[in-house]
Amino acid sequence: MRPGSLSGAFLLLLRRDLILAFRRRAEMINPLLFFILVTAMFPLGIGADPALLKAVGPGVIWVAALLAALLSLDGVFRSDFEDGSLEQFLLSAHPVSILVLAKVLAHWLITGLPLLIVAPLLAVLLNLPGTATTVLIITLALGTPVLSLIGAVGVALTVGLRKGGMILSLLVLPLYVPVLIFAANAVETAAADLPVMAHVSLLSALLVLALSLSPIATAASLRISLS
Amino acid sequence: MSGLSEFLHMGGYAFYVWTSYGIALVVLLATALSPIRQRRKLLSGIARSVRRNRAQ
Amino acid sequence: MITRYFHQLASPPYFYRIAGRFIPWLAVAFALFTLAGLYTGLVLAPPDYQQGDSYRIMFIHVPAAWMSLFVYMVMAGAGSMGLIWRMKLAEVVAISSAPIGASFTFLALITGSIWGKPMWGTWWVWDARLTSELILLFLYLGVIALHNAIDDKRTAARATAILALVGVVNIPIIHYSVEWWNTLHQGPTVTKFDKPSIDVRMLIPLLLMAVAFKLYYATVVLMRSRCEILERERNTQWVKELVES
Repeated sequence: MRPGSLSGAFLLLLRRDLILAFRRRAEMINPLLFFILVTAMFPLGIGADPALLKAVGPGVIWVAALLAALLSLDGVFRSDFEDGSLEQFLLSAHPVSILVLAKVLAHWLITGLPLLIVAPLLAVLLNLPGTATTVLIITLALGTPVLSLIGAVGVALTVGLRKGGMILSLLVLPLYVPVLIFAANAVETAAADLPVMAHVSLLSALLVLALSLSPIATAASLRISLS
Repeated sequence: MSGLSEFLHMGGYAFYVWTSYGIALVVLLATALSPIRQRRKLLSGIARSVRRNRAQ
Repeated sequence: MITRYFHQLASPPYFYRIAGRFIPWLAVAFALFTLAGLYTGLVLAPPDYQQGDSYRIMFIHVPAAWMSLFVYMVMAGAGSMGLIWRMKLAEVVAISSAPIGASFTFLALITGSIWGKPMWGTWWVWDARLTSELILLFLYLGVIALHNAIDDKRTAARATAILALVGVVNIPIIHYSVEWWNTLHQGPTVTKFDKPSIDVRMLIPLLLMAVAFKLYYATVVLMRSRCEILERERNTQWVKELVES
């Protein structure tokens, strides 16, 4: 890892964000708690009939994941924006899209990955069968990075705004719809013991698309927001 | 004039058809009128600030 | 010569004047096509053998839906021209189009809902096309909200251009995913919004209204663009002279 190399910068930025997040371990729990709480609200709201819970479970868990992602996204660029490091990223010799990728990866490791770990617990709460739980974890593994990537574009567009958080949901939720549809349906299909290869392929395709396009869009949006 | 009353009746669907066309009229009218009002407000606002600056 | 004309057109005072001259003519053309469309659609076209006279809502619903997509494309296209070539006028046209597109989308949704009531018995059905239109409305509202939230006009134009571009890439994906979702969750009813072979007496009013709506868009986008130009250029010499005359 030569000093000044792109991979060096990427890893440095990743490490920095992870260390900064770990210093505030308590804050890392919040999106996770939100995820669990929101999911737990549903049986309380709609009744505990096992068949009903099993029918709505996949959708409910995935909507909760969307909301948790939205909630945690706001902080991706905020602290860097406030202390001026964001401008430094834009001024550096490295392509901003790669630096953005490092930040988004850090964000996903902190907020997306924990959802995967908690998912089996939620599957039990909502009476999902075993096969469905496995597929749930797979869809979360493929889908939450897409949520972070697409969300990053929205955050980059709103980072300088006062009420950025409220507009962020309006901008980003419509774009989340395909992920929600394919992921929730994959879990439902798995619960009915049908093959889900097609769904998983589609989700993977969305992931690849987001990985290739969204860092560029995010970088462009950052430049505009900071101009 | 049974032709006209039949026309208005729209085969029993009068409410649905005429409400739709009515809403279309309202929406399109509102969207078209708003720039007219806005332009007048802008022109008078700019004229006022020009006069104010000249008076200084 | 064409590039020189393009350059001239790109100058705000020139565009302001030229647009002002076009608007009345476009408005008249819109009125004529609308009258023709309404007459052929409401009076001449025969009742549908299955839906009776309620299908006539289609003459508003379908062109409105077509326009909702068309205007979004124009908005994204103009936005990219503003981003890539820094054309002020492209930025103006892009943001002027957003409310018009949102109105068409809203109209498509409401007429779709009203049409659905006699057809399916409920005010809202999660039909694939209606659901996609609903998401499109949110995309428009997002563009408008983002533009209003940013104070500097040029930054706002560039940010909304990126948002519109991201939206444009997503629209086919969203549409496909919703259509697929709908075929799974739909009951045995089949959507009657477009028949495989449409009677020519119904096709003509449809096309006339489609042209009429395009003329409407052209008229109103020029009107809104003139306002946007006045707003942006309020401190320039040519605007001050314009106001005094």
